[in-house]
Amino acid sequence: MDRTIAEKILLEHTHTKEFSPGDIIRVNVDVALANDITAPLAIQAFEAGGTGRISRPDSIVFVLDHFTPNKDIASANQCRYVREFAKKHGIMNFYDAGRCGVEHALLPEEGLVLPGDFIIGADSHTCTYGALGAFSTGVGSTDLAAAIMTRQAWIKVPESMKFIFNGELQPWVGGKDLMLYLIGDIGVDGALYRVMEIEGRAISELDLSNRLTMSNMAIEAGGKAGIIAADEKTQDYVKPRAKRPFTVYRSDPDARYESIREYDCSLIEPQVAFPHSPENTRGISEVGEVWLDQVFIGSCTNGRIEDLRIAAGIMRGKTVARDLRCLILPATPRVFREAEDEGLIKIFLEAGAILGPPSCGPCLGGHLGILARGEKALATTNRNFVGRMGDPASDVYLCGPAVAAASAITGRISSPSEVMS
Amino acid sequence: MIFRGRAFLFGDDIDTDAIIPARYLTTTDPDELKKHCMEDADPGFPSQVRSGDIIVAGKNFGCGSSREHAPIAIKAAGISCVIAPSFARIFFRNSFNMGLPIFETADASKGINQGDLIEVDADSGRVTNLTTGTQFLSRPIPEFMQELIEDGGLIEHIRKRGTI
Repeated sequence: MDRTIAEKILLEHTHTKEFSPGDIIRVNVDVALANDITAPLAIQAFEAGGTGRISRPDSIVFVLDHFTPNKDIASANQCRYVREFAKKHGIMNFYDAGRCGVEHALLPEEGLVLPGDFIIGADSHTCTYGALGAFSTGVGSTDLAAAIMTRQAWIKVPESMKFIFNGELQPWVGGKDLMLYLIGDIGVDGALYRVMEIEGRAISELDLSNRLTMSNMAIEAGGKAGIIAADEKTQDYVKPRAKRPFTVYRSDPDARYESIREYDCSLIEPQVAFPHSPENTRGISEVGEVWLDQVFIGSCTNGRIEDLRIAAGIMRGKTVARDLRCLILPATPRVFREAEDEGLIKIFLEAGAILGPPSCGPCLGGHLGILARGEKALATTNRNFVGRMGDPASDVYLCGPAVAAASAITGRISSPSEVMS
Repeated sequence: MIFRGRAFLFGDDIDTDAIIPARYLTTTDPDELKKHCMEDADPGFPSQVRSGDIIVAGKNFGCGSSREHAPIAIKAAGISCVIAPSFARIFFRNSFNMGLPIFETADASKGINQGDLIEVDADSGRVTNLTTGTQFLSRPIPEFMQELIEDGGLIEHIRKRGTI
């Protein structure tokens, strides 16, 4: 056999026995996800579709995480619209109010997405679940409406690219740094239309949190999915959470790849992406002097408990730089509770950070930390496009939680080793 | 089908935050969204664009978020079609699902200037710069996606055929 993980999952979810890259196939959807920005359009499309029937409500997940807690009347009305639809159609996997977290941190935590699944989400970072060994990809609201109606999606069978990370991870380097380095190498369209399969000894050593960070940013290289084969760590994570059976797939040894790239982690230092593209990456030693107005730690990329532990380890007993706003939003209610139990919240508050509710808010310039004209922010998020976090004349730099926490202390983009020495 | 309009030029990697910034996503109303279409890339665009005009962009157009507000805003602004060497994958499928014609045309962005009059023959994929007389050929559209366009988008396609 000569199949990739992506091809095996697609074959398992389609009626076709054979296909080639470029073919368009219909695929059965295990999980269909939308949020408070994309669900309203999906519901409108569903209602325009006229059948009024939902295929398998248990496969649908709605998370009201982007403009929540409601930032204004318009967003409140969008949430109400989704809430009423979920109630009317008996959608049980509906996350609102105190159960709501940032969707791509929440779904793995809840055991709703599993190895071997075919998942679509009306949110581009749906590729996050590839870290569990699933084929998971972002789509639009109309695709989601179609999946609600038919439980199917159309997909152009992609080629796969393989990325191998070997060598020893350097201090303060995590999944975020490896992924920024990769995107800096291949560019924001380097994996366009293709599946990114990520493996190697360094990846085996990473915990699930770091792997989820890497798959999360596959879309920043244009990828259709970012898949990491499920191993023992994955199964240890998934088994206590899963409420249905799952299948672990591995690529065949002679599977075909469009290209294979290898990276030596011993040469990769903590990374920072400069405005206005995730591909504008530099090693921390090459950053120079960049003074900051805001640091944001959170999001579907780096808002998990493991990220907060790294940040708290650096900020413990120190004080956030004067005049710098350091925002920390634990990505889910559970992460918030764990951070409280472990004493991390106290460390952050004593350092002078601002704690906020689980929300996507600041990452997309939605609310809870908007940048003014000319301001510079460093964020553990995934995008630094023009105007991403506020005024079109503001600048966003991207990094992992260690660099973000160190920089919150010094007031300028800094290496964690500078603060910890 | 023939599209004819003035070219609005944009560079490489135009992202969906540039097409419609997230600060306007508290509505799904096309008439509201079009007022802010492309404003972070070209603040003059919403007031200057006319019905039938054509966006000619660089590679990876529409990268970033999955928001369908992006193709909705472009359609509502009156843009008849978008031409680029490549499109980000979610924008690509959203456009076909919603009936916004897009054409993958390798060299067009190099041979077209802002304001040139452009004609696109949707059936043959031929792009003609009527101002300079030069022509470009787009990649053929797969049969399934032609069906989506003929049916008027994915939802209408399902209504007509009972399945995707």
